[in-house]
Amino acid sequence: MPNDTTLSRRGMFMKLGILFNGLVATALAVPLGRFLLSSITRGRANGYLSWVPLGSVEKFPEGETRLATFRNPLVMPTDGKTVDTACWVRHIEGEQFQVFAVNCAHLGCPVRWFPQSGLFMCPCHGGAYYRDGSRASGPPERGLFEYSYKVHNDLISIQAGEMPTPGPTASLTPKERPCKCA
Amino acid sequence: MQMRLISRIGEWFDRRLQLAAPIREAAEHPVPRNTASWWYVFGSAALIVFLLQFVTGILLAFVYVPSAGEAWSSLQALNHEISLGWFIRAMHGWGSNFMVAIVLIHMMQVFLFGAYKFPRELTWILGVFLLLMTLGMAFSGQVLRFDQDAYWGLGIGASIASRVPIIGPAIVKLMLGGPIIAGATLSRFFALHVFVIPGMLIGFVALHLLMVLKLGINEWPMPGRIVRRSTYLAEYHALTKTDGAPFAPYAIWKDLFFAACILLAVAACALYFGPFGPGGKPDPTIIQTVPKPDYFFLWLYALLSLLPPSLETPALLIGPVLGIIGLLLLPFLSGEGEKSWRRRPIAVLTVLMIAIILGTFTHLAEYTPWSPQMNAWSGAPVPKRFLHGTTALERQGALVFQEKQCRNCHSLEGIGGQRGPSLDSVAVRLTQDQLIRQVIQGGGNMPAYGNNLNPAETTALVAFLETLHPARQAAARDASRDVILSVRQ
Repeated sequence: MPNDTTLSRRGMFMKLGILFNGLVATALAVPLGRFLLSSITRGRANGYLSWVPLGSVEKFPEGETRLATFRNPLVMPTDGKTVDTACWVRHIEGEQFQVFAVNCAHLGCPVRWFPQSGLFMCPCHGGAYYRDGSRASGPPERGLFEYSYKVHNDLISIQAGEMPTPGPTASLTPKERPCKCA
Repeated sequence: MQMRLISRIGEWFDRRLQLAAPIREAAEHPVPRNTASWWYVFGSAALIVFLLQFVTGILLAFVYVPSAGEAWSSLQALNHEISLGWFIRAMHGWGSNFMVAIVLIHMMQVFLFGAYKFPRELTWILGVFLLLMTLGMAFSGQVLRFDQDAYWGLGIGASIASRVPIIGPAIVKLMLGGPIIAGATLSRFFALHVFVIPGMLIGFVALHLLMVLKLGINEWPMPGRIVRRSTYLAEYHALTKTDGAPFAPYAIWKDLFFAACILLAVAACALYFGPFGPGGKPDPTIIQTVPKPDYFFLWLYALLSLLPPSLETPALLIGPVLGIIGLLLLPFLSGEGEKSWRRRPIAVLTVLMIAIILGTFTHLAEYTPWSPQMNAWSGAPVPKRFLHGTTALERQGALVFQEKQCRNCHSLEGIGGQRGPSLDSVAVRLTQDQLIRQVIQGGGNMPAYGNNLNPAETTALVAFLETLHPARQAAARDASRDVILSVRQ
């Protein structure tokens, strides 16, 4: 009999030990999980987007589409050149612009603008877009991603900070915008 | 005297470690005689290449800097400044290609030999995970070679991940470690490539090997020798008794020879071809780049170009899941029955079909017929014979043809893009009206050029296109026009 009591006593301690470890593990899981998910939660709390200047409006002649570069608003010391980003600026007229991400709306490769044919072409899977960013042909399901922009004191700024991806909005059925090019 | 000293030292260790007996037992366990075959060497070859990757990977980590700002230059230093750095990089890169290839061959052999059937289901399942981890290592390794291909490859990975319903954007941020591809992205792929996946690989390889030892190597499949759950174990045991031989040295010598040959082959490729890249600097503002994945993902690159847009997201998200579930369920769906490929035509056809599909897609991805050739319009002149004896309007049309970059997608005499059909004899296929319509409205995967051509340019271009027909074959004509013209007369 005494043996049994010792055993169950030890057994209880073991179970308590497991429970104790479980509690500690749960408590530690909170900071570990929050650390792991910080890149998601941070974006949710403050948002990654902010206004970045692209330069003076004069750099972008009316009726033309030019490449501009900007620095990502969030920079970490180990980022190197990766925070420098390119975008295509189309100056329609006056203060009317369109600023496109270089990332193809298909899978993110850098599209190039060809003024001669008036097309953006993607080198990866053959996506093509018209001058207003709408889909022309190829695998993309939508037009180019556009940044919000504002013009103030002859300076054009865009709202940037996140790499555009097709996202769940890349619907299962293709949606084509009608060509609105001038 | 010396021998005695060595054996006494050995005994001293073994009294404490007590490993000699189990190791000898494992090495000398009886295997069916006919498994001592050159077909059975791929598993051990995969293991030896894994060990090679392990060693060369550690050596590379002595120099490599997992920082987006410095990774590329540290690879350059390995290539050019550190003695034999290029060779270690080349061995690691070629080792990776060999590993994927050997794992695939091993898997194919196991499948065709019915080795996944009872009682080796779990060995197969662990093997499926080992394949996924090997592919994970290949992809993350490509990311660590932090060049333009790595950068844009990450963009493609993120774009695919973003398509997951609801949580897509969150997965992207988790994968990239932030809102863009940057330092945090490289750091976490470094952690995956160097700690997480290798750690899992070691554990899974150990279990995989343990199960091979516990359950015995799959016997050579004989047509008509049926696997039954109720009798298999006794039959296998009897086989190793009646027609068995100790694994070492009876079968192991082939593994050893093949392993050494594979290592030599990796070294030979490394010496001859040298290291992979790094390609251009990972600077996102340099957009004059044509990103391409490494060899073993080329088929996927082709598939992504050829899938119809409406099928792409479901195919990308559901396809891999179904494929993996299918592989995992395989031993449960056909855990018994014939093992021999001679009696399993569907298995043989499946392997052939997969090999042909992957081979075809890989071949297509090597010359990317779906991509416009960005410099064909300025680099390849219109061949002289198309201009000989043409009118001024037609020559003007040829100019429009080049200037508007039709050449980027359409070839003349085989030079130019292959995105659209070759135009060598387009006039035979399309009448004047059809040409005008096609140029202005596009369609059939061709953009509309109506907004980019004025009427004079369109007229000239179509006049030129109408001359594109073989000498002895007339251009297509709209017959109804003749009727109308004849009525007028």
